[in-house]
Amino acid sequence: MTEEEIIDLVQRTLFSIAPEFEGEKIEPGSAFRDQFEIDSMDFLNFIIAMHEATGVDIPEVDYPDLETLEGCVGYFQKKHQAPKSELEGE
Amino acid sequence: MRHAGYPGNVRLCKTFIYPDPEGEVQQKPAAECTGKMTEVFSKANGAQSGRTCLSTHEDRSPDVYWDEVAKELDGLPDGALNIAHEAVDRHAAGPRGEYIAIRWLAKTGETTDITYTELKQRSDRFASALSGLGIVKGDRVFVLSDRIPELYVTALSVFKIAGVFCPMFAAFGPEPIKARMTIGAARVLVTTERLYRRKVAVIRDELPDLEYVIIVGENNDSDKDEAPGGTCYFEDLMRGAASDFNIVATRPDDAAILHFTSGTTGTPKGAVHVHQAVLAHYATAKFALDLHPEDIFWCTADPGWVTGTSYGIIAPLVVGATMIVDQQEFDAQRWYQTLQDQKVTVWYTAPTAIRMLMRLEDTVPGNYDLSKLRFIASVGEPLNPEAVRWGVDVLDKTIHDNWWQTETGGIMIANTASLAVKPGSMGVPIPGIEAAIIEHSDDDKLDFITDPDRDGELVLRSGWPSMFRSYLGQEERYQRCFRDGWYLTGDLARRDKDGYFWFVGRADDVIKSAGHLIGPFEVESALVEHDAVVEAAVIGLPDEIAGESVKAFVTVRDDCEADDALLRDILAHARKRLGPAIAPRQIEFRDSLPKTRSGKIMRRLLKAQELNLPTGDVSTLETYS
Repeated sequence: MTEEEIIDLVQRTLFSIAPEFEGEKIEPGSAFRDQFEIDSMDFLNFIIAMHEATGVDIPEVDYPDLETLEGCVGYFQKKHQAPKSELEGE
Repeated sequence: MRHAGYPGNVRLCKTFIYPDPEGEVQQKPAAECTGKMTEVFSKANGAQSGRTCLSTHEDRSPDVYWDEVAKELDGLPDGALNIAHEAVDRHAAGPRGEYIAIRWLAKTGETTDITYTELKQRSDRFASALSGLGIVKGDRVFVLSDRIPELYVTALSVFKIAGVFCPMFAAFGPEPIKARMTIGAARVLVTTERLYRRKVAVIRDELPDLEYVIIVGENNDSDKDEAPGGTCYFEDLMRGAASDFNIVATRPDDAAILHFTSGTTGTPKGAVHVHQAVLAHYATAKFALDLHPEDIFWCTADPGWVTGTSYGIIAPLVVGATMIVDQQEFDAQRWYQTLQDQKVTVWYTAPTAIRMLMRLEDTVPGNYDLSKLRFIASVGEPLNPEAVRWGVDVLDKTIHDNWWQTETGGIMIANTASLAVKPGSMGVPIPGIEAAIIEHSDDDKLDFITDPDRDGELVLRSGWPSMFRSYLGQEERYQRCFRDGWYLTGDLARRDKDGYFWFVGRADDVIKSAGHLIGPFEVESALVEHDAVVEAAVIGLPDEIAGESVKAFVTVRDDCEADDALLRDILAHARKRLGPAIAPRQIEFRDSLPKTRSGKIMRRLLKAQELNLPTGDVSTLETYS
């Protein structure tokens, strides 16, 4: 996935959960929970939706990596660049 | 007729075991306890041996029990009683003055310690400031903030001036805030600039009773604008206020706290609690949470909910313990880190949080040193047996579920350190509390169910200290909660042959999500304010993490296209008005909603359809009138 694709996916996913913020610009480095009015259940739904859209397994220990837009971009780029064997868990 | 008390008449002996000021545990001899001493706790339950004194003896009336609890508190001259004195000032005046009362963990990672002496000084000063503004006994002071030290200082200051403290959850949207502040006739609001601008400024004109908005922070920052119009800064008031304050001599039954809860119909209900509730906070902290002065206690609930006030502010301070306050919202690894780094000994949390922790791999907790953790308790909704087993397997601790409500003010039924836990059960009534299961007979009398394992409504013998004393401005609604000297909880439960109580469900349509009650009417009212929505019905659907999640069914005007864009627009509208904690997570269009002959929407039928339950049975539950 390219950076643009990930940003687009994050925006679509986040604003489907919290459509009241549709059109606002996501600040790359600030936590979604701080910038927008979303709670723990929203965040969990966001993670689940990102998993469903990308097929990437996201263990809970990785959740903190996905709290910002920047974090999401880094995380999914890394997952998609990883050698196939690593994705399959070797 | 006997109703369920503590099994075998086991009662809390009045001689608790205290540490001396140096922290050494001084165990009082068993001979000081009345009756035959029986140690029934077990290490497997996480209790420290010899720490909770239990005795079996002839039954004592609840009144006698609570009188004995009162003797362990200070009180004020002439029979006066004030929560702030018991929670802070008496400790500040004694050897615990330099103990840490609150350790605050900021979102940013910084840690701030506040001793009992400092907490007394700061709450004295803010009490002086409020007094200087002309805030007097009975005035309602609302707080809308996340968990910051000023929230705790405000609570204690309001108790000191005999005002009524009313905390609101920061994730509420403007509508729930307006409803609560209107019912409560709020005179003062303490909040943050961000929350004020986002949620209060838009409704301020509709709050005629609101005279003062106090913004946390100060006005000496050159980067900062002036305080928003009609507001002032917390620290500015503090600077100009006298440094000491004489606590108002409140009577035990003077109002102290206002907490809102939800019913099936109508506006939120403002449950009023009184200063005497401190007796129950104290006794239950000791008995149900095994809390002692040397403990480091972490209640993860926000003070916007009753648990976060009764056990996240008052109870640990009254006991004289150190409490952890974390500003950050749930984050699994941060929580384990906090338990480890802060050496938390007693932890009071909620099933939703536990189920979120269970999502982590079972090896993760092993990366943290949780050896200081002695006792875990949970409240909010029934803790599922799998979660109890997970606690034993993964944390090596039994999680003790307990049950209570906004109206009860404190823990009523609990799995305590001294009893074997039955996974999935709420436990047994604590001392001083009498509980029973009833059926409503045709002539509107209570029929007590004495057979084990039969479902009925859970009722409590009225009159315990933390019992709510009114629904603000709704006397008739309050009176409906009581019959023949019993408080009707609205919860369905059953009692087994050993005296343990088991939660069955709600007797009404109230939704329980992440441990909090959500009134379907409040959500439906906000939905129908959307231009396109004609009717709305809101139900709770089972959710593996939150217990229930809110789902709405709506019908829309004929000239509106029921498409995805409209769905998102309605969802956005609901979230903006209600905030994420109350708004539906899902919305579905319907051509029509099922109704009774009298036009009442049948939420239960919708729920049955949604869950593929037989609808024939369910429809009979609906009242045709």
